[in-house]
Amino acid sequence: MADKKINLTLNVWRQQAGQEGAFETYKAENIDTNASFLEMLDVVNENLTCSGKEPIAFEHDCREGICGSCGALVAGMTHGSHDRTTLCQLHMRSFEDGDELTIEPFRADAFPVIKDLIVDRSALDEIVASGGYVSVKTGSAPEASTIPIEKNFADSAMDAAACIGCGACVAACPNGAAMLFTSAKVSQFALLPQGAPERASRVKEMVDTMDKLGFGNCSNEYECAVACPKGIDVKHIARLNREFIASRTRKKK
Amino acid sequence: MVELNANIPEGPMAEKWTRHKFGVKLVNPSNKRKYKVLVVGTGLAGASAAATMAELGYQVESFTYSDTPRRAHSIAAQGGINAAKNYPNDGDSVHRLFYDTVKGGDYRSREANVHRLAEVSNQIIDHCVAQGIPFAREYGGNLANRSFGGAQVSRTFYARGQTGQQLLLGAYGALQKEISKGTVNMHTRCELIDVVTIDGRARGIITRNLVTGEIDRHIGDAVVLATGGYGNVFYLSTNAMNCNASAAWRACKKGAAFANPCFTQIHPTCIPVHGDYQSKLTLMSESLRNDGRIWVPKKKDDKRLAAEIPEDERDYYLERKYPSFGNLVPRDLASRNAKEVCDAGYGVGPTGDAVYLDFSEAIDRLGRDAIEARYGNLFEMYNRITDDDPYETPMMIYPAVHYTMGGLWVDYNLMTTVPGLYAIGEANFSDHGANRLGASALMQGLADGYFVLPNTVNNYLADLKRDSINISHPAFEEAEQTAANKLEKLLAVKGTRTVDDFHRELGLLMWNECGMARSEVGLKKALEELPKLRDAFWSDVNVPGSGDDLNQALEKANRVADFLEFAEVMLRDALDRSESCGGHFRLESQTEEGEALRDDESFAYVSAWEYKGVGEEPVLHKEPLFFEEVPLSQRSYK
Ligand SMILES: Cc1cc2nc3c(=O)[nH]c(=O)nc-3n(C[C@H](O)[C@H](O)[C@H](O)COP(=O)(O)OP(=O)(O)OC[C@H]3O[C@@H](n4cnc5c(N)ncnc54)[C@H](O)[C@@H]3O)c2cc1C
Ligand code: SF4
Ligand code: FES
Repeated sequence: MADKKINLTLNVWRQQAGQEGAFETYKAENIDTNASFLEMLDVVNENLTCSGKEPIAFEHDCREGICGSCGALVAGMTHGSHDRTTLCQLHMRSFEDGDELTIEPFRADAFPVIKDLIVDRSALDEIVASGGYVSVKTGSAPEASTIPIEKNFADSAMDAAACIGCGACVAACPNGAAMLFTSAKVSQFALLPQGAPERASRVKEMVDTMDKLGFGNCSNEYECAVACPKGIDVKHIARLNREFIASRTRKKK
Repeated sequence: MVELNANIPEGPMAEKWTRHKFGVKLVNPSNKRKYKVLVVGTGLAGASAAATMAELGYQVESFTYSDTPRRAHSIAAQGGINAAKNYPNDGDSVHRLFYDTVKGGDYRSREANVHRLAEVSNQIIDHCVAQGIPFAREYGGNLANRSFGGAQVSRTFYARGQTGQQLLLGAYGALQKEISKGTVNMHTRCELIDVVTIDGRARGIITRNLVTGEIDRHIGDAVVLATGGYGNVFYLSTNAMNCNASAAWRACKKGAAFANPCFTQIHPTCIPVHGDYQSKLTLMSESLRNDGRIWVPKKKDDKRLAAEIPEDERDYYLERKYPSFGNLVPRDLASRNAKEVCDAGYGVGPTGDAVYLDFSEAIDRLGRDAIEARYGNLFEMYNRITDDDPYETPMMIYPAVHYTMGGLWVDYNLMTTVPGLYAIGEANFSDHGANRLGASALMQGLADGYFVLPNTVNNYLADLKRDSINISHPAFEEAEQTAANKLEKLLAVKGTRTVDDFHRELGLLMWNECGMARSEVGLKKALEELPKLRDAFWSDVNVPGSGDDLNQALEKANRVADFLEFAEVMLRDALDRSESCGGHFRLESQTEEGEALRDDESFAYVSAWEYKGVGEEPVLHKEPLFFEEVPLSQRSYK
């Protein structure tokens, strides 16, 4: 852990609810390269506060890449430039002394800006509410070992379930689609026997909801998978498409 | 006046819960919808409770300060969840899980509660599998188990290193299902700022809309706090940044006794502090101690690189002191020993507050691939944060605040000393005594939420007399005014120091005097310092912005103001308990070898503190503990 300090210039999007936003420029000085990106923003905010200005609002909680709260476009890239990294896990050693960075909120029609870097991602909850679960009531489950599940399937379901709901896929998509997010949930349950009874209705409802909420259509740009901090694979989108077609043919029978 | 009645059911230990479920009053299915339950918190405890009570037919209002219920702090749990399934056939049973938990808690928990926890543990796994949670499986397709935190049996279920995430997403899915049916009304970005009591009963809450700043009143027939632990009183901890004690503390101010506040858990394997800009600490899973060996140089202030220190100049102090458990001693012992070697000048790294966790022997024995398969993601995470490669150089670790065993005092029904006010999950004190075993917090949160509370809340609701009280009642008016005034006061100080600056100072005070080792002198000193810090806060804090929109500084200030009051009851509790037990180590109470010395004669009780006013001495009530099934004995891990 080498100790090094760097200075940066930040162009940060500032916006109040219901008003137009604009970039403002701040200096981030004497930043330890071992600090995380959010810790760098903390330092900037402490300075803003001490000089009588309002600190930059940004969302965060776990600061270890699992809650999905954080996220912003840094130099145009969701969560910054590193592969498979959330903004809270991006460290300042990835930057050079003298760098100039723009920092702005995730941009998508379905994610209105609330303040500064904070956007409203509740549309993702609505997608889940329309079917992203198994409808089992507490107390009614059979003994856990009743149905063995092939390890490969369990592992692939886990790959899909690793999505943290950050919304970077939506922000990275030129169409503002939520396909990667939705397909991860659909896939998880399509791979498991527990998901089978609601398989057809789940995919149909979730896709319908996605369309209704102002997310765009998928045109196979695959920017989503590049942006995803958890490595969610585009093959889940292919599975969603298969599930969707199957659900419609099943309906017609 | 607080009265403690634990309401432990009669009968043999193994039958208490079954008998109790039969004995409690029921609410007729068609009447349930007439009752409204307010559930604050959407972590494992809150989400599971809200979803289950909604399934049963109650009207549920659910609250979280996050933008979505799925982001609660529970999401970060890595290691796993215990259950007494005994799939590996290694001799586990409900009784053994019960026994281990009571003993692990160093005999400061209530036996009946712990037994119930062990009993329902298996149902939790059944339910979670049915929800489609992708637990780890073996090649034959069966669920995999591992041994965790030094347990002698393999009873831990896990989903890679993301068990908390998967369990929470399961509970969140259940919650979303109920939201879509209209049985749960969800309030996100909505923070509880007071609890409303009328005629001694909990009747509602006051909330602040974190986007608009609006203050609202909510009325219900029962209020459930599933608001997590208070580890962030130390500023630096492994908890998520927004975790706070405000809900529990405000409940305490309304008459709910606070139990065992000094019982906090310091986790031995975290990434050390590296700078004053540091905002939180990162846990490295305890499973690393299964293969990593902990050591420091034998020479003080040794500045050589790890690789330059020959084998015979290394002190594997845990293996030396505890030959039978070695690196797998319980968390409290591992943490305390790390602190001792560092305090004595043997620590490593730039600050001297770190010890090595070395995998070279395991890599030689098992091969790099095997180690990568076991810990690859953890090594990657470590590398990302520190820029060091643990395959090549040993990791550096240091203990960090991780979990709080103390919490609101609850009876067997999980009801606090305020009728109608419940506390579940980490927010209550009930099951872990003075030290929590690994993988048992997830179990407890889900036990409380899915299986216990939904079965005990009816006992209270069934007897409720209907009344015409509504949110214009003066008690609501007053609570709203008090909470609103406090916010205005915070904004009006317009001082020179930031909220974080005060929080850091509080954290350091608590860490030094109420952290891994506590003494009468230190605690008394802290009790003198604290009121001064509180006064400084109220005269010099700088909270920018207004109360009418999203204002994160104001949110933080409101929480830190509560920590500054709450910390006092922690210090008093630590001072009162002049024994050492579990995570609470009093320097005055140790054996000749420097091990924790419990004093069952004087301290086999739960301390429950009654609030008397800011700066006033709280009143201590004691719930005596009885050990019928697990005979009292000093723990020994030699
Ligand atoms: C890094 C880490 C790893 C862990 N790993 C494990 C593990 O492997 N196994 C294990 O068993 N345990 C583990 N634990 C412990 C365990 O994760 C927690 O104890 C548990 O998840 C707590 O759950 P909860 O539901 O009680 O509270 P939380 O998950 O903390 O949820 C609290 C909820 O309350 C809400 N809330 C709080 N205050 C307010 C308010 N005033 N107004 C509105 N809403 C409010 C929050 O928004 C949140 O939704 C770990 C803990 C940490 C820190
Ligand atoms: S799919 Fe990836 S980018 Fe999209 S929400 Fe999930 S974790 Fe974030
Ligand atoms: S703050 Fe939780 S993922 Fe970044």
